[in-house]
Amino acid sequence: MSLGFTLNRVTLLHANGQCALKDISLQAKPGEKIAIIGPSGAGKTSLLNMLATALRPTQGSATIGEQAVWSLGKKDLRKLRARIGMVHQQAPVPPKQRVVTAVLAGKLGQWSSTRALLSLLYPLDIAGAWEVLEQLEISDRIFNRCDELSGGQLQRVGVARVLYQSPDLILADEPVSAMDPTLSDTTIASLHRAATARGVTFVASLHAVDIALKWFDRIVGVKSGEIAFDCTPDEVSPERLLDLYASESNVIPVQGVTDVSNIQNGIAPTRSRSCGV
Amino acid sequence: MCQTFRMALHPLDQGPVESSEMQQPVRRDPAARHRLTSLVLALLIIWPLLRIAQFDPAVIFEANNLEVFGNFLKQFFPPQTSQDFLLLLLKAVIETLAMATAGIALAVVLAVPLGLLLSHSLSISRLGPGPGRRLGQGIRTIARLLLLFLRGIPEIVWALLLVRVFGLGPAAGVLALAITYSGMLGKVYSEILEASDTRPARALLLAGSGRGMAFLYGLLPGTAQELTSYTIYRWECAVRASVIMGFVGAGGLGQLMDQSMKMLNGSEVSSIVIVFLILVLMADAISFFCRKLLA
Amino acid sequence: MNSPVSAANLPKPALPLLGIAVTALILAVVFASFYYLAFNPLDLFTVRAMSSIGGFVGRFFPPDLSAGFITKVAQGTIETLAISAIATLLAAVFGLLLALPAANRFGRPAQQAVRLILNFLRAVPELVWATLMVLLVGLGPFAGTLALALHTIGVLGRLFAETLENRSQAPARALVLSGAGPVTAFLYGTLPDAAPQLLSYVLYRWEMNIRMATILGFVGAGGLGQILYYELSLLHEPQAATVMIAMFGLVMIVDAISSKMRRLQIHAAG
Repeated sequence: MSLGFTLNRVTLLHANGQCALKDISLQAKPGEKIAIIGPSGAGKTSLLNMLATALRPTQGSATIGEQAVWSLGKKDLRKLRARIGMVHQQAPVPPKQRVVTAVLAGKLGQWSSTRALLSLLYPLDIAGAWEVLEQLEISDRIFNRCDELSGGQLQRVGVARVLYQSPDLILADEPVSAMDPTLSDTTIASLHRAATARGVTFVASLHAVDIALKWFDRIVGVKSGEIAFDCTPDEVSPERLLDLYASESNVIPVQGVTDVSNIQNGIAPTRSRSCGV
Repeated sequence: MCQTFRMALHPLDQGPVESSEMQQPVRRDPAARHRLTSLVLALLIIWPLLRIAQFDPAVIFEANNLEVFGNFLKQFFPPQTSQDFLLLLLKAVIETLAMATAGIALAVVLAVPLGLLLSHSLSISRLGPGPGRRLGQGIRTIARLLLLFLRGIPEIVWALLLVRVFGLGPAAGVLALAITYSGMLGKVYSEILEASDTRPARALLLAGSGRGMAFLYGLLPGTAQELTSYTIYRWECAVRASVIMGFVGAGGLGQLMDQSMKMLNGSEVSSIVIVFLILVLMADAISFFCRKLLA
Repeated sequence: MNSPVSAANLPKPALPLLGIAVTALILAVVFASFYYLAFNPLDLFTVRAMSSIGGFVGRFFPPDLSAGFITKVAQGTIETLAISAIATLLAAVFGLLLALPAANRFGRPAQQAVRLILNFLRAVPELVWATLMVLLVGLGPFAGTLALALHTIGVLGRLFAETLENRSQAPARALVLSGAGPVTAFLYGTLPDAAPQLLSYVLYRWEMNIRMATILGFVGAGGLGQILYYELSLLHEPQAATVMIAMFGLVMIVDAISSKMRRLQIHAAG
């Protein structure tokens, strides 16, 4: 069953006093596909970590799937976490582990302890791992060790793990930053396909705007810990984008996945509805 | 458990898969055979070892054993604190400390010449072509073998033997420490001397000075701190070893504990253990403090 | 202005008063020790002492090399190896289990409690554990195995915990975020990379345990030590000599193998 979420007036302060998120409110219905864009340090990763239940809001509330995350008991929190899959910016896999075990680790939250232990000795679901790796075109590396892979291949292993987990909420933190345009497209396509097939919510933070515009129904711009805009791809105007990335540069970051030259050239799209925040 | 293992050997099918997407059939884990062999080999070795070591956890829970041990443990609280016993403890502690100190002192006296003999830094024959190279090497080899022999036999074995000669009491312990630790100290001294800057010593030797002078003026200044630091660390080990040697009759805290255990006097044993832990902590602190002072 | 620099104006180097005081103190303590023990090392070199030592040493030669006794000694050697191996294996497993809470994978209070237990296990010497275990399970190698295992759990548990603390917890944390329990997250996330270091600690400790296992027999915990103690108490010096040769040989062989392996490891890693 797909998970929606509600972040209500959430503020996040880091341990050193830095404010990562300021009074953010964001809501998603189950099955939505949301892209989060913005310059480095804007708070995209903090936002995703909050949704992944890795960080606890300093103020405000986080509700995932109608459950108030931080009032759950340990067991219920674990069950909730088993339904949330996060693709991290750097695949959190031990270098010496083999790809097959790293991928199968996605279901640890759903397996019994005995099954988990046995799978360490002999991988219990090679076919399942092979299938997800095949979607990402690295099935030939299934028995290699992770330290024998390139950066892009390693990132794909991280994505494969989440695909194997079959979560009800897919989160991705800059999942394609180390990949070339074709590969980025294929990878996001796999995640998109998995989300659509099961009707689950998909939230990804992306540095490249063109990928966001191509694959997602809803674009949320984050700047300095606040939401700058929240609208459909058609409503994303060049002014808003330039304003968003102003702190970083005068150029809107793209990865060459689609042709967004009309936006880059400053030509406004035909629809000029204003965005609600 | 059996069933899941059988499942493991036949990879699960995940339902219908489009044949056009699959380029190769799903393989079995290539590492499986290797792992299975290792596992079987390990079991084949461990099983007989378990038998030889008479490993049988059931013995622990035999009623008789558990009862005796339980009663013994119950006596641990409260520990024995009678005046007489505390006096006995104090004497034992002082005896242990004296044993460790005397033993190390003797060990140093023996180790210094051995270490010097062993060290290349003072070897005149190695300075360059000249007579005595073979002889020098021969002496060093003999010294090395001697140190190996002294180190190789644990001090408690020496203590056991020396108790036969000198009777019960700390004398055996002091000598046992002196013998084994002279071996350890000698080896480490020679290593420290060799690893240090040997140029001053070599210069002195080349200029014709005797080995003793070369050591005192060339090597000692630079290495004194490290040598002393290691010696103090060994003193701390000696304190612990002195307690252990008491179990074979070499006096000190160990002999006291051995006697109390033989009489199944739990409260005395618990006092001794507490005092021992404090003693070890103290020795650790003194050693740490002294070494800090040197730095 | 500053006064001109001259020998008279230079600050006098402080006399190493502290150094002299400390050295004097150490020498005083040393002499006090000898005095307290009523032990004069020079007594050793009297003719009487030397001849009695000489006589004693003479009784050990020639060592008993009869087939029957050599077999007994060989069995003792294997028993010693078995004690050390099983004890180290037990300690590796339980040490790893205890290392998880000790490395703060289960929260602060658990960490403090487990650390205390590990320190206690470590602080009590193996021989003392052996006497306790003999009381519990009787004479023989089982007592020795238990004693060595208990002490080594303390040692390995602490070493393992330090290794785990120094490693990145990111992989394990990511697994916890997807619903895994702390133990499974450790096995899949941290262990693969920590394993080589943990293994080298285990091997190093096994080597030391072989040495220890040879002497635990002095309190009845099996192995070569028990044979030696037995023969000496019956004044069978030639037999004792054989056992001592076996002990020495065992330690030397283990030493040689481990230094060779260490050299191979350095080659492989480089």
